[in-house]
Amino acid sequence: MLQYILRRVLLMIPTLFVISLISFAIIQLPPGDFLSSYVAQLRAQGENIDAAQIAILEEQYGLNQPIYVQYWKWMRGILLRGDWGRSFEWNKPVSELIWDRLGVTMLISVLTILLSWAIAIPAGVYAATHQYSFLDYLMSFISFVGLGTPSFLVALIFMWVMLSVFGVNISGLYSPEFVSAPWSIAKFLNMLSHIWLPVVILAVDNTAGVIRTLRANLLDELNKPYVETARAKGVRETTLIWKYPVRVALNPFFSTVGWTLAALVSGETLVSVVLSYQTSGPMLLRALTSQDMYLAGSFILLLSTLTVIGTLISDILLAWADPRIRMEG
Amino acid sequence: MATEEMQRPLEAEQPLRTTERGAEGVYVAPQWKLMYWRFRKHKMAVASVFVLAVCYLTVLFCEFVAPYDPEVFSTRYTLAPPTRIHIRDTDGNFRLPFVYGMKRDRDPVTLRPTFVEDTSVIHPIKLFVQGSPYKLWGIIPSNLHLFGIETAPEEQMLFLVGADRLGRDLFSRIVYGARISLTIGLVGVLLSLIFGIILGGVSGYYGGMVDNVVQRIIEFVRSIPAIPLWMGLSAALPPNWPVVWVYFGITVILSLISWTGLARVVRGRFLALREEDFVLAARLVGSSEMRIILRHMVPSFLSYIIATLTLAIPGMILAETGLSFIGLGLRAPAISWGVLLQEAQNLRSVALAPWVLSPGLAVVISILAFNFVGDGLRDAADPYSR
Repeated sequence: MLQYILRRVLLMIPTLFVISLISFAIIQLPPGDFLSSYVAQLRAQGENIDAAQIAILEEQYGLNQPIYVQYWKWMRGILLRGDWGRSFEWNKPVSELIWDRLGVTMLISVLTILLSWAIAIPAGVYAATHQYSFLDYLMSFISFVGLGTPSFLVALIFMWVMLSVFGVNISGLYSPEFVSAPWSIAKFLNMLSHIWLPVVILAVDNTAGVIRTLRANLLDELNKPYVETARAKGVRETTLIWKYPVRVALNPFFSTVGWTLAALVSGETLVSVVLSYQTSGPMLLRALTSQDMYLAGSFILLLSTLTVIGTLISDILLAWADPRIRMEG
Repeated sequence: MATEEMQRPLEAEQPLRTTERGAEGVYVAPQWKLMYWRFRKHKMAVASVFVLAVCYLTVLFCEFVAPYDPEVFSTRYTLAPPTRIHIRDTDGNFRLPFVYGMKRDRDPVTLRPTFVEDTSVIHPIKLFVQGSPYKLWGIIPSNLHLFGIETAPEEQMLFLVGADRLGRDLFSRIVYGARISLTIGLVGVLLSLIFGIILGGVSGYYGGMVDNVVQRIIEFVRSIPAIPLWMGLSAALPPNWPVVWVYFGITVILSLISWTGLARVVRGRFLALREEDFVLAARLVGSSEMRIILRHMVPSFLSYIIATLTLAIPGMILAETGLSFIGLGLRAPAISWGVLLQEAQNLRSVALAPWVLSPGLAVVISILAFNFVGDGLRDAADPYSR
């Protein structure tokens, strides 16, 4: 087991290296850079800025060096000092800006996974054991609609209904008085009272998928001889279903929890832009459009890293639950 | 459980009864026919095929289907509501569908423009009316439209789903938007098919070291959150690119990630088929590798690939819509459903004019249709199963 974990952790290192390369490449792709648009903006405002000043700024941000040197400096800062570079736009270190936003994004994603499993597992088991029943059809229908409706559209409709029916504007992660307040228990509670909304919206999407896959997997399992054997031996039906076939049918979910996490982080990005929540999505979008390269790069790097770690954890859990995997792997 | 067992054989026999040729028909029927029979049983899938057919005919002839030019704007019709279509006039007589004239008023309290029907003017809705001139596919000049009212747009317009902020007909815009939104999925899937078949095929056919490397790449790509990556890549598309370039740029970006799903399916099929007797037989009689792959293996998993492709299209449509919605995909002069939905980002205009959300309905319908067809195809893909 320990050997398996060690191997997986070692395998992660090249993966993370490639992720860091890609993140850096992405933020280098747009033509021009933050500084040139900043200078253009200053000039448009009538400020006089000469070549010497630009050179000083370039020096300061390290923009005049070759790309691999910039990459090396960025990585060295992260690895040795936890310094993620400086956000041009906010004029603050990136690390001051991203952690609480990333935390909220991750919190939303994890809560969504838990919520959608809590709904989808019983629902999927019911749909499979009562195939072709009314509720089975109803759930199939709902999950199809859930699959077909993009989550940002659900968010839009939700906001519109809340505004037109109840007259409440539900955008924003915190109540106005907490937006720029430092973290406190009151702020955290305030956030929790808002956070259910994106969780529910994202769960609609995810639940639909889980129900459908679980139903299909379980239907395959239910026809296997071991189920018949257990039934012949007189095991109670509920115990029988939940103890054997459901456990087998659930395996794929635990093994793909990393991908689910990646998909949720993606969905959360869009939903948060719609709801103007103070999570990583809107800030990443803003950073990308204003070419705030270190901020954008750090977000892409960290979001990817977190999902890779999520995959690792799920792999370890799976290996712990299913001995066959650690023997093969 | 017992009823389950009973149902299966019955279900399998159904195609027998549906053919005129009788029971032997099923044994001599070619594979595509078996697939067709199985597919036909999935009612939602069959219905969805028609929905998609209508959608793509619209894509093909959008200039003809749209009653108006999508770019023509008029401040008179700012956020005008959907025109109500009547079949009964004020005297209580039934007649062919028509609309009343529309008068613009101002709410005395909120000063918001309101639209009231002027029941003294009647505009009948007709098929094949002469309207604004256009060039079909940019070549054939015409002014014929599928339906509409014969009145000049300056006097009265027919808004099936309302007008947008600039007074443009939203229905016409949705119809034109379909051209981009519905084809981007097809082109993107085609690109990922090329990636997926080459990499998945190589991975599954050779196995071993190559397989390992390709599998690691796939796992890696899938573990990166797609939207942030797409956002980063599409932010890199120069804003001054023409629409067509951006369109292809976006499709390439989308297929960079979605080929992985396809590659996994292809690989899985290759691994399974490699061990089949007929492949061994082909090898023993001295067929070349290329011939084994193209002549013997590809036909037997083609149906799976088509099913997977169909299921991959909605993801692409969603991705384009999402990216354009947040402003990183296609941009304003281009018309796609995501671009149209951008207007719905403003909560005030949604509250004032809920119909700006209607492009979303078009998205949902087309995605559902693709999902159903894909589901039906997947079930039909292997007529010998169960």
